[in-house]
Amino acid sequence: MNSVQYVLGIESTAHTFGCGIASSEGKILSNVKSEYIPTSGGIHPREASQHHASKAAGTIAVALNEAGLRIGDITAVAFSAGPGLGPCLRTGATVARTVSLIRKCPLVPVNHCVAHIEVGRLVTGEDDPLVVYVSGGNTIISAYSGGRYRVFGETLDIALGNCLDTFARHLGLSHPGVPKLEQLADEGRRFIPLPYVVKGQDVSYSGLLTMASRLAGECDRRDLSLSLLEVAYGMVAEVTERAIAQTEKGALLLTGGVARSKRLQRALSFICSDHSARFHVVPPDLAGDNGGMIAWTGYLGLREGMSVPVESSYVNPNWRLDEVEVLWRR
Amino acid sequence: MAEMRLLKKGAEAELYLTEWMGLEAILKRRVKKGYRNPDLDLHIRGTRTSNEAKLLSEARRLGVPTPIVYSVDKRDCEILMSYIDAPPLKMLVGGMGSADLARTFLRVGEMVGRLHKGGIVHGDLTTSNIIPYSGLLYLIDFGLGEHTSDVESRGVDIHLMRRALESSHHEVSSAAYLSFIEGYQYIMGSLSELVLRRVDAIRRRGRYVDVSQRKEG
Repeated sequence: MNSVQYVLGIESTAHTFGCGIASSEGKILSNVKSEYIPTSGGIHPREASQHHASKAAGTIAVALNEAGLRIGDITAVAFSAGPGLGPCLRTGATVARTVSLIRKCPLVPVNHCVAHIEVGRLVTGEDDPLVVYVSGGNTIISAYSGGRYRVFGETLDIALGNCLDTFARHLGLSHPGVPKLEQLADEGRRFIPLPYVVKGQDVSYSGLLTMASRLAGECDRRDLSLSLLEVAYGMVAEVTERAIAQTEKGALLLTGGVARSKRLQRALSFICSDHSARFHVVPPDLAGDNGGMIAWTGYLGLREGMSVPVESSYVNPNWRLDEVEVLWRR
Repeated sequence: MAEMRLLKKGAEAELYLTEWMGLEAILKRRVKKGYRNPDLDLHIRGTRTSNEAKLLSEARRLGVPTPIVYSVDKRDCEILMSYIDAPPLKMLVGGMGSADLARTFLRVGEMVGRLHKGGIVHGDLTTSNIIPYSGLLYLIDFGLGEHTSDVESRGVDIHLMRRALESSHHEVSSAAYLSFIEGYQYIMGSLSELVLRRVDAIRRRGRYVDVSQRKEG
């Protein structure tokens, strides 16, 4: 057997069907994605899963091609087993099981949130950062302690990205809405008071979304966009600052689909310089949902014997970050 | 002006050790945050300062030990209060035996019960905000507190305590939480039932939970 291992990673928790290949040397050799974009409204789980099923074979072929590998070179398959939307997860798992059976190679279930953290650690070289993970489905502030990624703060209702996307649609902005919201906000002048809800180390976005949507017809949309972003990012920045003060970690890692927001980056880098912590933003192709992070985390799990037989390779739509034993960091 | 020595630079405020009428005192100053909109920043600091000053006094009237407020400066967002010279509970949990742990968290639960029963939620219950001193448990940091008897707000309060235990004291979090709940139920009586059911609902809501905890919606 070749001494270098190649792990194929399948991501399919929500919009994105992703396929990436990671080597045991810590390189992401390819990272290909195909995104389901709803014609109107938010994500429809069944339609998304149908999209994933139709794009799976092609995406895998491109990923192999870009990595300069053949399917015969793959030594293990990893897949996002949760958290995420059930139909989407099951499609990805089916694809992964098929590859595993054809190749007769190990199958490794990976926690999607853990994968975001692990690929961030890999590309930034930070061993033990505080992680701010903000996306359409997750708003989590986490740090490693005692064998697991502990949750120091999170949303009590909807995710940051969900709040911003929904409001952008409310203003009639097309997908992706957040960059357009930021452009509008750059022209905003007047701050409009909106519900700022921090409870302990947690945040809540549902009241903010309701209030901002209600004001959409009455206020200048530039001012409203500015105010919404200031409040939404201000809340996550505040709980991040509390977590960094509490955990005393020397670095902060920003990841997830909302990580590309320049405004949020500015706020968090400000906090980092105040607390003498290094600030890193995971590059967009690895910060958004992707197969590369699943492949790399799959490799880490494989080393610890975390593969499972096909018969018991269940998905878990509600798999919490802090349930996973992070054996490779013991 | 009495001499001031920076004691602690927290996430939200700076704490200075100073003097008031010959007594040791703490000046808590909510500092400006450069990362947020100036209007929003001033609003947050102002409301939290006056909120905290009020609730510190009201909590004490309910039998919950808190620092004594000497003066409030709303413009500079400062509170001058009595100094409790002892480490927070967070530093002590690790060294506690199981009996001591159970006794302490039973009392923490009773304290929170008294607060809730009196119509106040704290909004930021953590072991960093509880200071054991001369046989009493002092509760501090009321900036996120509010006047309410809502089941939801009470539930969030308990939920925050539980999560603080899980993230900062995971080795003993289950035992500590059980004692905490026992004390809370002792004070709240039948009122606690709805609150504790809501705590489970909050845990399930909008966040990913272990399927085994996912009972009836």
